[in-house]
Amino acid sequence: MAIFINETTRIIVQGFTGKIGSFHAQDMINYGSKVVGGVTPGKGGQTHLGLPVFNTVKEAVNEVGAEASIVFVPPAFAADSIMEAADAGIKYCVAITDGIPTQDMMTVKNFLRRFPENERMILTGPNCAGTISPGRSMLGIMPGHIYKQGNVGIVGRSGTLGYEAADQMKRLGIGISSSVGIGGDPINGSSHRDILEQFENDPETKVVLMIGEIGGPQEVEAGFFARDYMTKPVVAYIAGLTAPEGRRMGHAGAIISSAGEGAAEKVAILRELGVHISPTPAAMGETVAAVLATL
Amino acid sequence: MDIHEYQAKDILSGYGIKIAEGGLAYSSEDAVQRAREIGGHVWAVKAQIHSGARGKAGGIKICKTHDEVEAAASFLLGKRLVTHQTGPAGKVCSRLYVEAGTDIVKELYFCFLVDRSSERIVMVGSAQGGMDIEELAVTNPEAITKIYIEPAVGLQDYQAREMAFALGLDTEIMSHAVKTIRGCYQALRALDVSMLEINPLVVTGSGQLVALDAKMGFDDNALFRQLKISELRDKTQEDPREMAAADRGLSYVGLDGDIGCMINGAGLAMATMDMIKLAGGEPANFLDVGGGASAERTEKAFRLVLADKGVKAMLVNIFAGINRCDWIAEGVVQAVRKIDMKVPLIVRLSGTNVEEGQRIIKESGLPIITADTLAEAAEKAVQARNEVVAKEAAGEI
Repeated sequence: MAIFINETTRIIVQGFTGKIGSFHAQDMINYGSKVVGGVTPGKGGQTHLGLPVFNTVKEAVNEVGAEASIVFVPPAFAADSIMEAADAGIKYCVAITDGIPTQDMMTVKNFLRRFPENERMILTGPNCAGTISPGRSMLGIMPGHIYKQGNVGIVGRSGTLGYEAADQMKRLGIGISSSVGIGGDPINGSSHRDILEQFENDPETKVVLMIGEIGGPQEVEAGFFARDYMTKPVVAYIAGLTAPEGRRMGHAGAIISSAGEGAAEKVAILRELGVHISPTPAAMGETVAAVLATL
Repeated sequence: MDIHEYQAKDILSGYGIKIAEGGLAYSSEDAVQRAREIGGHVWAVKAQIHSGARGKAGGIKICKTHDEVEAAASFLLGKRLVTHQTGPAGKVCSRLYVEAGTDIVKELYFCFLVDRSSERIVMVGSAQGGMDIEELAVTNPEAITKIYIEPAVGLQDYQAREMAFALGLDTEIMSHAVKTIRGCYQALRALDVSMLEINPLVVTGSGQLVALDAKMGFDDNALFRQLKISELRDKTQEDPREMAAADRGLSYVGLDGDIGCMINGAGLAMATMDMIKLAGGEPANFLDVGGGASAERTEKAFRLVLADKGVKAMLVNIFAGINRCDWIAEGVVQAVRKIDMKVPLIVRLSGTNVEEGQRIIKESGLPIITADTLAEAAEKAVQARNEVVAKEAAGEI
């Protein structure tokens, strides 16, 4: 099962022939992902990495049955590419691009809402490392070999902190059903809550690890969802205990701009809501192991 | 990116928002000259720094004679103003805005910002202006009106009217109020503004609506298409180390602790800093070197961290994904050899080719302390820092 992607998911790469797109497309192919082609406007008809290049996403959907896409398009044009994918009937899209303007993301979200829910493309990212269902398919830029296949779902804002979690779990022999990066931007395609819902509905996932950070309301919203609608336990770690108010910590969205957005405050609320808290970033693996042991 | 009050007012007046007559001054002579040009008998001399709450910090002086303008200007120019938004270091005032005194009947609060929860632009107003809105939100939340803008159609006139009535404005100035609110919204959409605050927005004795203060923040991700706005950047208002880092493509935030950090990825960086704190230390900085930590980038990052003379130990934590631990180890060894480090260095590598990376560090013969896990790295960094502090206290360093 896993969520969003598996070994049969037909993937295209938007921004396929660029340096970054090519590199990661090859990496995904090496991992075993079913990449069926790519899109670079103006280069349609060519062959790249042994796969067909299309001018538009619609052509890729019609000719090679693309279902999922990954966007490496530069920030100024990324919103347009995401909307093109949604309009062409792509079911799941990962946007890797870092630096998309906030107003562009508001336009994208508004565009997606126009589609009826059963036809609406799911977007994760931007500014994320992508999604992996270990042993099956990788739609992202992560080092695939650090993930062991199993039954813990991971959702997180940060790339390398997610790798750290996967690594800690692998050392303890714990595997992962899917790991989803939702990205570090203030407005993103899917929220922590959205991904928790996906994991709740995935029979293979037994426990979910949520890796949050300072800024914004999403971790707390996810905590309420976990309490009210989830049967599966959720473990959380919130990064940014030492972050001062009003300073942006790398990610565009990692800024404490109002009450309740600090790490300690989020942890207090999540604990109250029954979420298991990993007290330190070094204890994410152990905390998940302890919760798994009670099942 | 933030801009100054006078710049924000200049932009807003182009969108039909009324402002008091004023002018910019870089010296006390300039300031008096501006007061003469404006005329009248009352002037406000306002320090231009990137912060709110300037009034409380003594950054705004009301003057009734040209001599008072001169005295206020000499007092403020070059002065370091500390507000709750600037942090303890404060910000130096190098520009003044001299403005005609305004006959205030009513002070209101008004702002537009991007609401992350609804993913919409929200308009916020209160009839209780001049106050700290955060404070008001806690003490009297009913006094605040929030109106969400539907992104598909944008701000509608009925919403602007609803806000104007909530602000307690008279029907005589309703059309002007709607025009003011619309103007703010147009500026926000056209210029990729992430926050626009007018506090206070005032009703004058002659029944006009005037923006007495104005604060604007812009989406950094959109500056590539807002070239005129980018030119308004005042580098004197930003931390020089953060500026230098940004110029080198690194993301750096200076903090008050003494353990320097170099990490790849913003989330892992915050987590590593948390770990330092939990181990009993305090991080000196946030530094994300990004995905491709090349030898050149590593050296730049080392120089940046060590430029902070308060740093007593340095921790490097890299999770190599696409890049490899052996490349990073080589970069670290090269940087240490070139820079002649005086403080202890703790390195934790993880991910692709980790054994090879650790071998390179061990075989370099350099006094680098290595760690396998995040917890071990933080503990060793705090321990090394404590040893340096103890030696300093004993007069050994």
